[in-house]
Amino acid sequence: MGYLPLLFLAWFVPLVGAVFIFFIRGEEAVVAQNARSVALWTALATFIITLLIWGAFDPTQAGFQLVEKSVWLPGLNINYHMGIDGISLWFVLLSALLTLVCVINCWHSAERWIKEYMIVFLLMDALMIGVFCALDIVLFYIFFEGILIPMYLIIGIWGGGRRIYSAFKFFLYTLVGSLLFLVAILVMYLEAGTTEIPALMQHEFPPELQTWLWLAMFASFAVKVPMWPFHTWLPDAHVDAPTEGSVLLAGILLKLGGYGFLRFSLPMLPDASAFFTPLIFALSVIAIVYTSLVALMQTDMKKLIAYSSVAHMGIVTIGIFTTNALGITGGIIQMLSHGIVSAALFMIVGVVYHRLHTREIARYGGLAENMPVYALTFMLFMLASVGLPGTSGFIGEVLVIVGVFQINSWVALLAATGMILGAAYMLWLYRRVVFGALERKDLLALRDMRVNEVVAFAPLVLLALFMGIYPSFFIEPMQASIDNLLVQIGASGTELAAR
Amino acid sequence: MLHTVLVFAPLVGAIVAGLFGRAIGDRGAQIVTCGLMVLSALLATVGLFANVGEPARTVPLLEWIYVGSFQADWALRVDPLSSVMMFVVSFCSCWIHIYSVGYMAHDKSIPRFMAYLSLFTFFMLMLVTSDNLLQLFFGWEGVGLASYLLIGFWYTRPSACAAAIKAFIVNRVGDFGFVLGIAGVFLVFDTIQYDTIFRGAAGMANSTIVLFGTSWDTLDVLAFLLFIGAMGKSAQLGLHTWLPDAMEGPTPVSALIHAATMVTAGVFLVARMSPLFEYAPDALAFVTFIGASTALFAATIGLTQFDIKRVIAYSTCSQLGYMFFACGVGAYAAGIFHLYTHAFFKALLFLGAGSVIHAMSDEQDMRRMGGIWRLVPVTYAMMWIGTLALIGFPGFAGFFSKDAVLEAAWASHNAFAHYAFWLGVTAAVLTAFYSGRLIWMTFHGEPRADHETMHHVHESPPVMTIPLGVLAVGAIFAGWLGLGMLDAEGQFWAGSIFTGPDNHVMHDMHEVPFWVKAAPFVAMALGLGLSYVFYILAPDLPARVASAFRPLHSLFYNKWYFDELYDLVFVRGAKALGVAFWRGGDQGVIDRFGPDGVALSTLAAARRAVRIQTGYVYHYAFAMLIGVAALVTWYLVFVRG
Repeated sequence: MGYLPLLFLAWFVPLVGAVFIFFIRGEEAVVAQNARSVALWTALATFIITLLIWGAFDPTQAGFQLVEKSVWLPGLNINYHMGIDGISLWFVLLSALLTLVCVINCWHSAERWIKEYMIVFLLMDALMIGVFCALDIVLFYIFFEGILIPMYLIIGIWGGGRRIYSAFKFFLYTLVGSLLFLVAILVMYLEAGTTEIPALMQHEFPPELQTWLWLAMFASFAVKVPMWPFHTWLPDAHVDAPTEGSVLLAGILLKLGGYGFLRFSLPMLPDASAFFTPLIFALSVIAIVYTSLVALMQTDMKKLIAYSSVAHMGIVTIGIFTTNALGITGGIIQMLSHGIVSAALFMIVGVVYHRLHTREIARYGGLAENMPVYALTFMLFMLASVGLPGTSGFIGEVLVIVGVFQINSWVALLAATGMILGAAYMLWLYRRVVFGALERKDLLALRDMRVNEVVAFAPLVLLALFMGIYPSFFIEPMQASIDNLLVQIGASGTELAAR
Repeated sequence: MLHTVLVFAPLVGAIVAGLFGRAIGDRGAQIVTCGLMVLSALLATVGLFANVGEPARTVPLLEWIYVGSFQADWALRVDPLSSVMMFVVSFCSCWIHIYSVGYMAHDKSIPRFMAYLSLFTFFMLMLVTSDNLLQLFFGWEGVGLASYLLIGFWYTRPSACAAAIKAFIVNRVGDFGFVLGIAGVFLVFDTIQYDTIFRGAAGMANSTIVLFGTSWDTLDVLAFLLFIGAMGKSAQLGLHTWLPDAMEGPTPVSALIHAATMVTAGVFLVARMSPLFEYAPDALAFVTFIGASTALFAATIGLTQFDIKRVIAYSTCSQLGYMFFACGVGAYAAGIFHLYTHAFFKALLFLGAGSVIHAMSDEQDMRRMGGIWRLVPVTYAMMWIGTLALIGFPGFAGFFSKDAVLEAAWASHNAFAHYAFWLGVTAAVLTAFYSGRLIWMTFHGEPRADHETMHHVHESPPVMTIPLGVLAVGAIFAGWLGLGMLDAEGQFWAGSIFTGPDNHVMHDMHEVPFWVKAAPFVAMALGLGLSYVFYILAPDLPARVASAFRPLHSLFYNKWYFDELYDLVFVRGAKALGVAFWRGGDQGVIDRFGPDGVALSTLAAARRAVRIQTGYVYHYAFAMLIGVAALVTWYLVFVRG
């Protein structure tokens, strides 16, 4: 190899950092301080590595790049095989960025077992980067499932409220889906004789088998997205997770479902995907309308944002299954945007939760009075969530709606109702928390955002705006890969000609 | 370059005042925003003279979205239509900025206010200079945001917050149609660039398309979807409920956004998309019907309201109806002409009302005004000028444009053209009546305010009266100066407003019978005379008439019960559904038969097991992962190769 194995470094460096923290010994306060510092520098180094990956990435190439391959389990023909394409590139960067943001954000607010908290976040970092780079389906599965463990611990240990129930529900749901995914992997391996993702993409599975494989994968991905009616674990998990847990859960973990559909269901099982598209559209549209209405009535800030996530991810699944360039690009952009915006919104809740230890919307009101920076930041992300043009939320939403309108105007119409309902619940949330008269005594004493909080929010603010004003920056590197995907799923000639 | 500076100067002002308001102070924020607005207004004036009669050109700025043929750039389209709009927007905005320095002098958030005003102006300029539907939508939603921020400017008041949210959401209902319209345009034309759409529109005439399971005339359905957006933004019948409530915002906001500029965006949209609407006869009929109905409907409500700003707000709604039916009957130029004159006199009326409110110690109810005209002579004179322009008194700006609109309605062959004419004339009577009523109740008769308030009544400072004066000059002369817009050959617009080969309205409107030309004047005289009788000669008459026609009066006074209806159906409906889905769907069905049901038998045991291990599990898990990593590393380093 004439160059650095960047993908390897990207997931290995945080792991080394985690081990390093594991061996820190001494007085509690000192350990906590050192653990924080190590985590910060490790996360920063990892993020820089992912930037190097972006720099080394050639946007004109459609196939997998920066490929690392070596024999891992020779008898089984299973390899350590990593690589990225335009679809996974931005998710790798987002994972590293959000981990860094989490470490900065909890600088003052983490209270218990700080050393261990830092370790699980670096573990998450490694696993998230790994899952988006994996090109062997077994390797993918290990990362995919491995993520559950630290996330389960984050909710179960550092969570609040009914954290055990929520952690359990989270685990139960995702595990059932995952086991079916594992069965699908085994069947595919037996059928195709390989676990290489690029090879499986080329393999033509018989239509009958495709249906079963598709359903097995659907069980796993639909829970992750989550799609209606597999979504009820999400509000509970978010409510009881600590802020940073919610950030990674909403920012990255939910994207695994959409990524799975893009990476496996569409290219490997194109016939079944086409067959089940109406199902996906129906569930997505229900998700948008149903969960938006539910979000409207929530009294807990985190629950409200969690339900809004389900609605936003409904846009993503519609976009992916339009199987045209507009819809898929929109779906991916919507995932990236949601990764930034919902993560930021959970941090927004975290800022006041850390100060008052309640997420009850009714307990707040009038925060604009003494927290202007907070009010402005909240406003920006509220607008991005609502999909105001000029923010990242708009780009994905409009591309998906226009994309799906080309094939089914009813789905577009129903999906667009999310624009109205989304504005209703977000503006109402903002009005109750930030606007109004500042009356409660404990609110009067609230301080505006601290320096570390401002630093944590800054990249997200810039990205939400940058992605809204100059989305071509993000779309361009994806295009070759999306075209390639469209070829693989045999998109009709006219759709390609339209590009 | 000129237009780039013109459009972005307000944005710079907004950013400086908004983010660094604390550093530069109130005065600094005022100087920066007003200074940049003056610059913008000057450039817009230069631009207007330079661009009239010139063909369109585009100033590209930055690539925005490129996915296949779905391509939108950030760009400024400069043609006579956008130049007129830029001039109206920057000119009004500039004087309203200056007025705000006086009006908001005692507010504690001056930089924020100035920043919002400038931000609004920027979005509005982006809207009118767009060269594709997507940037138009950026400006469109952006002005909606600015409107939301400004209506809710006094965010500690619950009524202001409610009005702000209402404005945003009702606008979103319109935008929902707009987005589908954009999607439809892309489906049909495979582009969202104006030029390509305009070139292709004629070829799509009389074709059909299947959408939502129904077969439609292609251009009719596209124009109809886009017009839903216009209805929301321009507060037309059905989506009008937000505009009167928007009066919760500070008065300069009402003048700038809810009278002169933003609410006219819908009219601009129809004129801009005229190449499409011209081949969509059913959509044009619908536009005419909605416009004419709104013109009369809003005027009936205006008759009965007591809040001085709400009367003017309903008047705005009504006048927007005139602009729409002018476009509907094919006289887009007349619609834009009325938009342009209306901007001056309606901004003047609002700022004048603001001056009255300022004088009356923040009183807005006309029942507690009266008898102050000698105390505020300048404001009084300005209000009269605005009123005469609004009701179409000969020689004033509104006279030219309203006559043109009504004559075009008479001359057109649109299915609803005569419906529009008669409703328009009736609305003209009502307009003169409620405008006269406003003057009499506010300035004349016995003082009805308390002693304390009357004692404090004072004329506004020059920083407020000078903008009034400037706008008054506009309200008098704008009609004369803008007559070129009605040129039957369309030389003024140089193709930026399109009229189909069979559309001769701009020509035929000059050849209507004399009584059609005279009708608006008679209507105006009748309305004004009646208001004099009702409020000066026989002041007990209004109450007697109101009780004699109790049901009708209640209907008008309660705004035709639209708010109550919407609250019942949509607000309560959505909340009830939300609760039903949450408690019934999620908790009652999905959880009960899903995870909780499955886990019920084992949950207790599982809980115990989890709790026992919590402290240690992560160590195990961690060790396991380290193992995996070590294994991988081993193979990478030693076995590989």
